[in-house]
Amino acid sequence: MAKASSETKAVARGRKAGKPQLGLFEEGQAPAAPAAVVTESEAPAAEAAPAAKSAPARRVTAETMATKQRDISVAEFFVKNRHLLGFDNPSKALLTTIKEAVDNSLDACEEAGILPDLLIEVRDLALDAGSGELTKGEGRFVVVVQDNGPGIVKAQVPKIFGKLLYGSKFHRLKQSRGQQGIGISAAAMYGQLTTGKPVRVTSRVGKRKDAHVFDIQLDTRKNEPVVTHDDTLTEWHQEHGTRVELEIVANWQQGQRFVNRYVEHTALANPHAAIRYTRPVGAAQRTSASTPGNESLVFPRATNELPKEALEIKPHPHGVELGALMLAAAESKSHDVRGFLQTTFSRVSSQAAEEILAKVPWGKKATRPRLLASNRTMAEELHKAIAATKLMNPPTNCLSPIGDELMRKGLVSFLSVIESEGDSGDESTQLDLDSAGMKKKPGKAVKAAAPAPEAMPAVPDAPAEEGVEKIKGHNYFIATVTRPPKVYRGNPFQVEVGLAYGGSWPADKTIELFRFANRVPLLFQRGACGITEGIVSTDWRNYLLSQPKGSLPVGPMALLVHIASVWVPFTSESKEAVAHYPDILKEIQLAAQECGRKLATFIRKKKAADYQAQRRSIFELYIEEVAAAIGKITDRKPGPIKREFLKVAHQVTMAEEEEGRAQDESRDAKPKARRAAETEEE
Amino acid sequence: MAPRKDAVSKKTVAKIEKLAEGVLKAVAGGKNPSLDIPVRSLANVKWSDKRRLVELGSQKQKRYFFNVSMAKKFMQTFLVSEACKELIDSGKTTSIRDLYYVTKHTIGDTKQNTFEEQDESDPIIEDLEVTVDALREELHLFAARKGSMVGPITIVDTGDTIDLRRMGSGGWAVPSIVEENIITFKKHEAKYVLLIEKDAVWTRFNEDKFWKRNSCIIVQGGGQPPRGVRRLVQRLHSELKLPVYVLVDNDPWGFYIYSVMKQGSINLAYESMRMAVPDARFVGLSSFDKDKYQLPGNVSIKMDDGDNNRAKQMLAYPWFRHAKWQKEIQEMVRSGLKFELEALSRRGISFITEEYVPKKLKDKDWLE
Ligand SMILES: Nc1ncnc2c1ncn2[C@@H]1O[C@H](COP(=O)(O)OP(=O)(O)OP(=O)(O)O)[C@@H](O)[C@H]1O
Ligand SMILES: [Mg+2]
Repeated sequence: MAKASSETKAVARGRKAGKPQLGLFEEGQAPAAPAAVVTESEAPAAEAAPAAKSAPARRVTAETMATKQRDISVAEFFVKNRHLLGFDNPSKALLTTIKEAVDNSLDACEEAGILPDLLIEVRDLALDAGSGELTKGEGRFVVVVQDNGPGIVKAQVPKIFGKLLYGSKFHRLKQSRGQQGIGISAAAMYGQLTTGKPVRVTSRVGKRKDAHVFDIQLDTRKNEPVVTHDDTLTEWHQEHGTRVELEIVANWQQGQRFVNRYVEHTALANPHAAIRYTRPVGAAQRTSASTPGNESLVFPRATNELPKEALEIKPHPHGVELGALMLAAAESKSHDVRGFLQTTFSRVSSQAAEEILAKVPWGKKATRPRLLASNRTMAEELHKAIAATKLMNPPTNCLSPIGDELMRKGLVSFLSVIESEGDSGDESTQLDLDSAGMKKKPGKAVKAAAPAPEAMPAVPDAPAEEGVEKIKGHNYFIATVTRPPKVYRGNPFQVEVGLAYGGSWPADKTIELFRFANRVPLLFQRGACGITEGIVSTDWRNYLLSQPKGSLPVGPMALLVHIASVWVPFTSESKEAVAHYPDILKEIQLAAQECGRKLATFIRKKKAADYQAQRRSIFELYIEEVAAAIGKITDRKPGPIKREFLKVAHQVTMAEEEEGRAQDESRDAKPKARRAAETEEE
Repeated sequence: MAPRKDAVSKKTVAKIEKLAEGVLKAVAGGKNPSLDIPVRSLANVKWSDKRRLVELGSQKQKRYFFNVSMAKKFMQTFLVSEACKELIDSGKTTSIRDLYYVTKHTIGDTKQNTFEEQDESDPIIEDLEVTVDALREELHLFAARKGSMVGPITIVDTGDTIDLRRMGSGGWAVPSIVEENIITFKKHEAKYVLLIEKDAVWTRFNEDKFWKRNSCIIVQGGGQPPRGVRRLVQRLHSELKLPVYVLVDNDPWGFYIYSVMKQGSINLAYESMRMAVPDARFVGLSSFDKDKYQLPGNVSIKMDDGDNNRAKQMLAYPWFRHAKWQKEIQEMVRSGLKFELEALSRRGISFITEEYVPKKLKDKDWLE
């Protein structure tokens, strides 16, 4: 009975469904539906729509769809969405692969307290095979990244390299380059997809331990690792460390500039690291026959000081969202909410917990945290109470900024490279990385070799003036600002800005903006990045640079912006652009302003000095003329007259300079008071 | 060997040398060298009632070498000084345009020139004139030349004897430099000098042999007379004691030409002594002539704003303070009309030479 009725119902439903559908077709919403699709369709719905009608048929039923509905592994998802991870095309994939491995190496060394010695190598397989020339366009390349870090224990290696979303950094709040647990396995997956080759990992955790070699593949359907080769090495050249080798399809021709830039900028932001960078060079571009096919650049360590250790922190209650609060409550082992608050979050003392609980109706009696997890109203009440309670800012010792001094050192060694690169006229031997380097007119002659390590002084000659560094014959004004740590959404973060101004850079070009997040250079999506917005929305005209509306300022300047945070909010998984959080934007602006003020003072002084110099040279030009004329009138030799003139001219300008300086100082003193007023809180 | 210099040239050279020595002395004393240049602006121009001349006051301006805004001018002053000294030494004269080219060159290996335009060098010449107190003619410089003259007089021009009674229809072209070392006056029967504003009107006077019938010298300066013409007229007046009459259009510009001939110009006040004839008489056209000589209304021209302003300015000139002049100018302003000399031709083509000027002179119908 029930069955029959359900059958009739089904029939009736079928009919009913048929009518309106026809009606829809008749309205001609899809008149061009190809008949072939309709006839071929296995869907029963097709019967309801006669093939004669020129309209799309219902192709599948929920039931047939159900047969296809199943889990999508993250691996499968990212195979289709590689662009989300920065593998959009072979030239970008090259950089992303290197970047994921290098970032991991630096993270690991830093965490272990080891001064990093990195090797980054790119090999062109066709070139290695004896083609003599670099591969044009896409080709097979091998990327090797090796570190002297703590190594990875044997059991963990397969999952780290063969499983997406597996890592040590996601579940904690600590400043590090990686945070998602996708990076290196995604690179391995990309290699596997494009070349069919597994990733090869060699790792050793200590002197007394053997090194292991693995070949690992990733089963994308299951998002699980498959070890294809597993061996123990009795001998390895390092006591501890990790070596990752990946074969990928890449485009070196187009991608090398990104890699070059990334390596240089990484050296800049990590002055404690020593980096050897080996890259393929065609026979024609080779400068030294002893390294056939490859050439190395060395970025020496600029400091032996490790960055301040970044500590792991508990989340700050002010940043926690309702759902996260409920989740945390469910997992809590505390007996009551008071204990839960104190142990799960930072900056909640027993006093603060009491204050929070005083604001909820159920605050008087002890409540189990688990109750919160299931009672949305209570959770919401607690969430509001937390927001209404004044709490200490999150601890900021968890952040490890680059710091003024190291930023300065980094900028200087960075500029040295750019300057020396600028001398090289040959496109391919040149670290053209950087449009800052390209800003320089290319020299005519091809200089001997790529810069040797000794050729790059970490600290140049004595500066000509405060804040001014002389690099390769050009004076650069360098200023840095490190802001005190602040908080966005409960996450501590800190902004640093460094600028280099002057030198031989053209004054009529847009400045070079170098973006960094947790010491990682950001090379793509400049326009979409919050850092860019922070700089664009700063009024640089106050600091004597010109600035077209809504653009970066124009002037001979390179600007470095670094944001350090326990969780850098990126706009996507490829970690290319920082999200536009108002708190972060504001800090970037304040740092830029502070740096800008230093710059303005310098520019003003320089203008005055230039004016003096120009004046003196005007006098010198005219002295020549006047001495000649007076010599003729008075029938004397012009030489001695000229000398006397020069002497007096010098005395006069010196005296006036003194006067000018005195005036300058009194002018400088004034705005200070105004500045204090105009600037912010703190 | 340099040609022998006359006394005037020797004096001028000495003045330039003194200027240069002054600079050397300042520098030897460790001082920023400077020049004292009399100010040539209106603020430093005075009307001397006694001498009835526009004169330069005593204000001076220091021009330092080592001062950014003055350095270039300082240099230019000495380039011009040196060039002038060389001209005098070699006994040559040249135009101020030529001097601009002589002193213009690129400085060192820059793209800068000593002078960019003649507009830059002309004021430097004037500066030098007032600073060393020498006329530009004494510096062997001259401005563009124009003007012609005929009359019952014989002159010597750089050794050539010229009879101005036999100059045909074009007359003798008045040179730019008419100092005693160039021009001297010989025999003459002239009773006065008539300075005519316009070349065309002067031609009528020459064709009608006005100068012969009336024993006078007629001169024209093509509008505002150049320095050569004014200096020559001044010499005829002071050396030969000839009265000077001025015949100009009835408009503010005509009055101004008369005013410059009489008192000297404001921007070149320093040369008044040698250029001005305070006794010069204005014979026309007067603003009242239109009635007196029954000129038809349609020969008048309407005055524009510029004319009106200029006329009103002239009302304040000290030398036009006399009631007769005030009436004259006020009438022009009141009527708002101006007349050209050629308007008289409505009364006959030779009306001006046969009736107008003779009657004016006979009736002593002039302004002073
Ligand atoms: N060279 C290495 N030495 C030591 N440990 C490493 C090394 N490379 C990776 N690891 C470990 O493997 C984990 C996974 O790395 P992976 O790059 O996939 O993710 P991540 O760095 O945590 O985050 P992200 O996806 O943002 O890069 C890391 O969290 C780290 O613990
Ligand atoms: Mg990583």
